[in-house]
Amino acid sequence: MKKTIVLTLALSLVLSLTACGKSGNDGADEKSEGVMTYAEYMAADLDSEVVIETYVQAKQSWWEDKATLYTQDQDGAYFIYNAVCSEADYEKLTPGTKIKVTGYKTEWSGEVEVAEGAAIEILDGSYTASAADVTDLLGKDELIDHQNQLVSFKGMTVETYEKDGESYDCAFVYNDDNSGSADSNSDLYFNVSKDGQTYTFCVESYLCDSSTDVYKAVENLNVGDTVDLEGFLYWYNGANPHITSVNVK
Amino acid sequence: MEETLNKKYSEITINKKWKKMLSAFLIGASLLTLTGCHGSRALPDFTPPADFDTTKNFEITFWAKNDTNKNQTDVYKKAIADFESLYPNIKVNMKLYTDYNRIFNDVITNIATGTTPNVCITYPDHIATYMTGKNTVVPLDDLFVNEKYGLGGNSLLFDGPTQEEIVPQFLSECVLEGQHYAIPYMRSTECCYINRDYVEKLGYTLPDVLTWDFIWEVSEAATAKNADGTFALNGQNVMIPFIYKSTDNMMIQFLKQQEADYSTPEGDIGLFNDTTEAFLYEIADHVESGAFSTFKISSYPANFLNAGQCVFAIDSTAGATWMGADAPLSDISEDAFVDFETEVRMVPQIDPENPQMISQGPSICVFNKADPQEVLASWLFAQYLLTDEVQIGYARTEGYLPVTLKAQESPSYQDYLARSGEDNGTHYAIKLDASKLLLSHTGDTFVTPVFNGSASLRNAAGQLIENVSTSVRRHETVDDAYMEQLYADVTALYRLDQKDIATNGKQALGPLPGAAVLLLLALSLSWLLILLYVLSDFVKKRKKH
Repeated sequence: MKKTIVLTLALSLVLSLTACGKSGNDGADEKSEGVMTYAEYMAADLDSEVVIETYVQAKQSWWEDKATLYTQDQDGAYFIYNAVCSEADYEKLTPGTKIKVTGYKTEWSGEVEVAEGAAIEILDGSYTASAADVTDLLGKDELIDHQNQLVSFKGMTVETYEKDGESYDCAFVYNDDNSGSADSNSDLYFNVSKDGQTYTFCVESYLCDSSTDVYKAVENLNVGDTVDLEGFLYWYNGANPHITSVNVK
Repeated sequence: MEETLNKKYSEITINKKWKKMLSAFLIGASLLTLTGCHGSRALPDFTPPADFDTTKNFEITFWAKNDTNKNQTDVYKKAIADFESLYPNIKVNMKLYTDYNRIFNDVITNIATGTTPNVCITYPDHIATYMTGKNTVVPLDDLFVNEKYGLGGNSLLFDGPTQEEIVPQFLSECVLEGQHYAIPYMRSTECCYINRDYVEKLGYTLPDVLTWDFIWEVSEAATAKNADGTFALNGQNVMIPFIYKSTDNMMIQFLKQQEADYSTPEGDIGLFNDTTEAFLYEIADHVESGAFSTFKISSYPANFLNAGQCVFAIDSTAGATWMGADAPLSDISEDAFVDFETEVRMVPQIDPENPQMISQGPSICVFNKADPQEVLASWLFAQYLLTDEVQIGYARTEGYLPVTLKAQESPSYQDYLARSGEDNGTHYAIKLDASKLLLSHTGDTFVTPVFNGSASLRNAAGQLIENVSTSVRRHETVDDAYMEQLYADVTALYRLDQKDIATNGKQALGPLPGAAVLLLLALSLSWLLILLYVLSDFVKKRKKH
């Protein structure tokens, strides 16, 4: 009898641990009933209702009870645009926080997102994504498979900033045409190259304002610097990475 | 003896309670008073000084807006440098914005902390809200006519316009509550940028004045598809025949053309009417067929127009440099451009013989400060932005119109207009066509009434279209019940039912804060206890007797 009880308890313990493993802190949990997997979300039609469970990776902005968030689970990323969110709840959304999002899928200039007005619910659970190295995918169609994810670009070379054939004779500009200024919290744009191809990256000032390390780091870039970059793979008529970290080698 | 002592004791006790109560009342009253004043920190009325003090240094802040256009930033920078060289004791610090609403939000935040900028690019709708703070924005009428420093004043160190040289219609748009609280800076309107090739390919002839009927009909025709699912018109997978950037303007102009209600100058709201509803049903039909979309739903009209994925793109004349097959500014890659003949027309009309279009564009307001000399320095800079060089320089950056007749009629500006199409930069033909359109139709422009809440009403007008369009795309039923709910939702969202906010020009203080409610409850309870104590004491004495 004792053996049976011990065996039962041990089995219960193992089962409990297994269950914890699926819904615990590593984000490998199964989706709740009625919640889409990432694959189902991606397969859903535009303008159709979507219900997802995901994890906040970064907060872009909050204004008048609307929050814009970069979120991700272990399978892919979801950009949540202007979801309904009180300021108090917004404060609770730290990196890793699990949320359930109910809204509509939409696309704006190539960026697939959960449209304005989605409802969010804070859940138990945590998952923080590590950056996927997509350096080798730059310029390739497969890059879009990582849309909105936290990604990294390794060994990039800072180039003189150019746009529409015009050289700006500097490593970065405020707004993409240098129409901004240092004290106006403008977005920063800079060009980096790899294997002879040049790409334009951005420090989006709502996501990382002028007080952040990454903003200051980009302001200190020099043409010719070799850098490793991390950021979220936002999309606007093509890849438009929003950089959150710069490491000058 | 005991009685006397008791009586004295009683009096002392009651006096202490009175003092405590009185103190509590005074503190409460003070708190309530402070709560009532929150955000106002009233400044004295501004009185222009007799002379500008050139011995004292002034540092003023200028919050400017540009259209993500470095040429505009350059004009501002040059204007500041030139002004500072004329007035070495005034330093102008510029903060740049690319969004009017961000300026608005920042100003509102800074009114509460007494840290408004000195000079600010803004819309009259926004100024109406700024004015809920007492003496926050400087009324300019006295400054206009100031002999030394007024418009065309004899002590100015620059050649500014006289009041008569400012386009009267544009100046009148800056009147709020009977006074000028701003000066116009630039003016624009909306226009329709058209792929003429597509219109003709569909078998239509482009008229000089577009009507709503024409634009809907052609847009519907443009939705036809090939057997493989591509669009017959462009052979691409994407075609949105008609895209509107600013749906608030779309609704406002349509209602004006239909002579339907929108709002009265007093702030009475007429937006939710039968004409509005009929227009929303019409829009719903064209969203359903794929003939129509909006900027908020799809993206910038220019991106689709330039890629051959749109026939009619309605945007500001101040966005002209982004529009057309040869647009000098673009967010799409060069290889996405298609070649086509671009045309510029007025926004669609109901009555082509009597066209009506919105007048929009930035104005300039001056914020009040404790030091009248600082305000005068601000006014001098604001006025400097009306000089020919600044006016023409900025107008050339986009499809803007200078707001002074002095600049409009100057040889320099006339030469600029005459050189349309010489290049795809400064003289980009589409940009100049847009400017000329406004120049020749200034008399056909209108503005909506300005009152505290008019900015919200404007947003609501656009929200109706956005909501209907979104709902159709989501396959929701748009019927009478939907419309009723839509009106209720939009009314609530923009608090249009709070007439106090919308009409009387004074911001309601709202419900009492929780702390104040608690204080008042505590006061009431204390009074009750005092009363009970006094009654109890009285009863005891009666019993003793």
